[in-house]
Amino acid sequence: MNFTGWMQAVFFFVIVALITRPLGLYMAHVFEGGRTWLTPVFAPVERAFYRICRIDPAKEMSAGYYLFATLAFSFIGLIYLYVLLRTQKWLPLNPQHFDNLSADNAWNVAVSFMTNTNWQFYSGESTMGYLSQMAGLAWHNFVSGAVGIAIAIAVIRGVTRTDKNTVGNFWVDVTRATLYVLLPISVVGCLLLVSQGMPQNFHAYQDVVSIEGFKQTITGGPMASQEVIKELGTNGGGFVNANSAAPNENPTPFSNLLEMLLIFAIGAGLTYTYGRYARDQRQGWALFVAMALLFAAGFSVAYAAESAGNPLVHALGVSGGNLEGKECRFGVGASALFATVTTDTSCGAVNSMHDSFTPLGGLVPLVDMQLGEIVYGGVGTGLYGMILFVVLTVFIAGLMVGRTPEYLGKKIERNQVQLAILGALVLPFFALIPVAISVLVPAGTATLGNNGAHGFSELLYGFTSTTENNGSAFAGLGGNLYFNVLMGIVMMCGRFLFLIPALLLAGSLAGKPRAPETSGTFQTHSPIFVGLLIGVIVIVGALTFFPADALGPIVEHLQMLAGKSF
Amino acid sequence: MAHANGSDVNDNTLHHLRVALIYTVLSVVVFGLIYPFVMTGLALVLFPHQANGSMVYINGKPVASAIIGQLWTKPQYFHGRPSAAGSGYDPTATGATNLAPTSKKLIDATRQTIAAVRKENPDAKGPIPMDLVTSSGSGIDPDISPEAALYQAPRVAHARGMTVDQVNAIIAKHVQPRTLGILGEPRVNVLELNLALDDH
Repeated sequence: MNFTGWMQAVFFFVIVALITRPLGLYMAHVFEGGRTWLTPVFAPVERAFYRICRIDPAKEMSAGYYLFATLAFSFIGLIYLYVLLRTQKWLPLNPQHFDNLSADNAWNVAVSFMTNTNWQFYSGESTMGYLSQMAGLAWHNFVSGAVGIAIAIAVIRGVTRTDKNTVGNFWVDVTRATLYVLLPISVVGCLLLVSQGMPQNFHAYQDVVSIEGFKQTITGGPMASQEVIKELGTNGGGFVNANSAAPNENPTPFSNLLEMLLIFAIGAGLTYTYGRYARDQRQGWALFVAMALLFAAGFSVAYAAESAGNPLVHALGVSGGNLEGKECRFGVGASALFATVTTDTSCGAVNSMHDSFTPLGGLVPLVDMQLGEIVYGGVGTGLYGMILFVVLTVFIAGLMVGRTPEYLGKKIERNQVQLAILGALVLPFFALIPVAISVLVPAGTATLGNNGAHGFSELLYGFTSTTENNGSAFAGLGGNLYFNVLMGIVMMCGRFLFLIPALLLAGSLAGKPRAPETSGTFQTHSPIFVGLLIGVIVIVGALTFFPADALGPIVEHLQMLAGKSF
Repeated sequence: MAHANGSDVNDNTLHHLRVALIYTVLSVVVFGLIYPFVMTGLALVLFPHQANGSMVYINGKPVASAIIGQLWTKPQYFHGRPSAAGSGYDPTATGATNLAPTSKKLIDATRQTIAAVRKENPDAKGPIPMDLVTSSGSGIDPDISPEAALYQAPRVAHARGMTVDQVNAIIAKHVQPRTLGILGEPRVNVLELNLALDDH
């Protein structure tokens, strides 16, 4: 560890804090149909979308129909991507003539991108034609991110509204999220990334002969335009296998900073948007602070563990931090920071290989995901996940003082608590049960990349990542028919069985009257509440996952200290 | 239909399915085709060198991409880090070893690499820098740490008939510092360094 490493994290976080208010305010304007400085540019496009699709933007939907529209759009997108991947060799823009994907692999990839997971059982640079990348995968990066934002906005409306029992128009929210939020940031971000050295072209891979006479094939493609939305939409699916560790996906420390900012930006901004809707910015900042504290804790542990390095390697006569699977331009500090950022959210892009992290360094991204990716979170998913935890927290606080729990003046009743608990149970269920099954069947352990406790960690990380729709991996775990199919199902359940209770919760709160605040009202912006909220998040997460984590990273840490290898 | 509280609620199932279908087609055209084509056009105008892959030419022939690491084996050139990409520095098979810190394979491979690096650099001073004996995340890491370059300087100087000080001076000229003083790590691009040596 060194001072510059800490300063790098502080510098990054200060920028996040600085963009939270302007971006959050902007998003609040956008989703309430207000004028922004981009309105003259995009309003005609927006109107064209509504006209062509025959959408009446003035009509709002109940939570049930909002959900139906979400599912219809998602599943049509799933079928579309599956067909595209199964037919790419007959389609244009495939200069390397890559073959069609197999049925089980195409299923896995299609679910993976539709659910904003971007788990990758393929290597982009040797599997995907440019059309599949940009019109299939990158398109999903836009719309699956927009769906997440739309649902967060619908949940915010439901929680804060007293005048209507509808939650907004799904198509309007998705259109505004893509046109006014994702697209303009992508245009600017893409050009900044190209300026750093990221390729953006359509020509075939270029063969070179090096000065020493070795042949090498330089890959290309529309990388930057995909990279930017991969981070901004917290998708995380790399254009190439090595993801943001590859120099053509992340050429410089500046591009690295930009990618991390893109990952956090919308999630952080939404906390401000939320305060705006609640007509009480303190409610938004309370969530922001809770998230910031969890982020700081995660980074500190990861940075310390990776800096301490691997004693088994030190025993061979070299010293220093753990650089296995890390790039020179990032080193330990920027790698630990990126790993924390990408798993605090549901992004899953990586600039270093988590599989080769020290056990405690690798435990941080794992725990980040297990806590529900609510630290700024996936675009949208983080905020609505956090709101489920908030409901649980006010419920527990209500039990403690013996009052009916309230949030933002609305009574939290049986129905809301049940939905919040359902949401909190879905994730551990789909993360842990498939791990238990996998260690018992031959196909589940056939493709492990490592032996001993670490092999178990690979499974635990894989199913946690797919359930939470993160997509990062302990990438030693190889793909096979079993994982393709099972993880596809798990990703689907993780996305929708979490999204449904959140949306229904919002629907059940929409239109509820606000009770006036009294001296006995529990303040949900106080430091006590923030502390309680973090306590609930950590206790729910830790109690659920600790036994499994103990069998993986924690055992491995003790074995490493004892000098054992496998 | 008009809702009791005055807002219009649209809940026609078939309507939503039709919208979803048309919306998919339209958004694929806008975000999946127009957007990447326009960005490619802009990128090629504003940053043609980068957009085309930062290719490096010698006598009109492409020899490398400036941002992508290559395999170097001769003693008169600086060598990069161990690579797990394909058979070494293959940009069409990027990736890492993904070996655990407690992996026997990792420990054995690192032990062999340390022995090989020591053998190649008999006159090197000080401990071996960590990055020289660990595989990168991408397998095509273009850089090494300044310490890893200085470590190899005696070998390179010997093979080229230069003094170590001359080689160290060239290294010093090509060290890229942390961006803004805090982002990333100081590093040396191996290709850039080797080209500078050939120009010397």
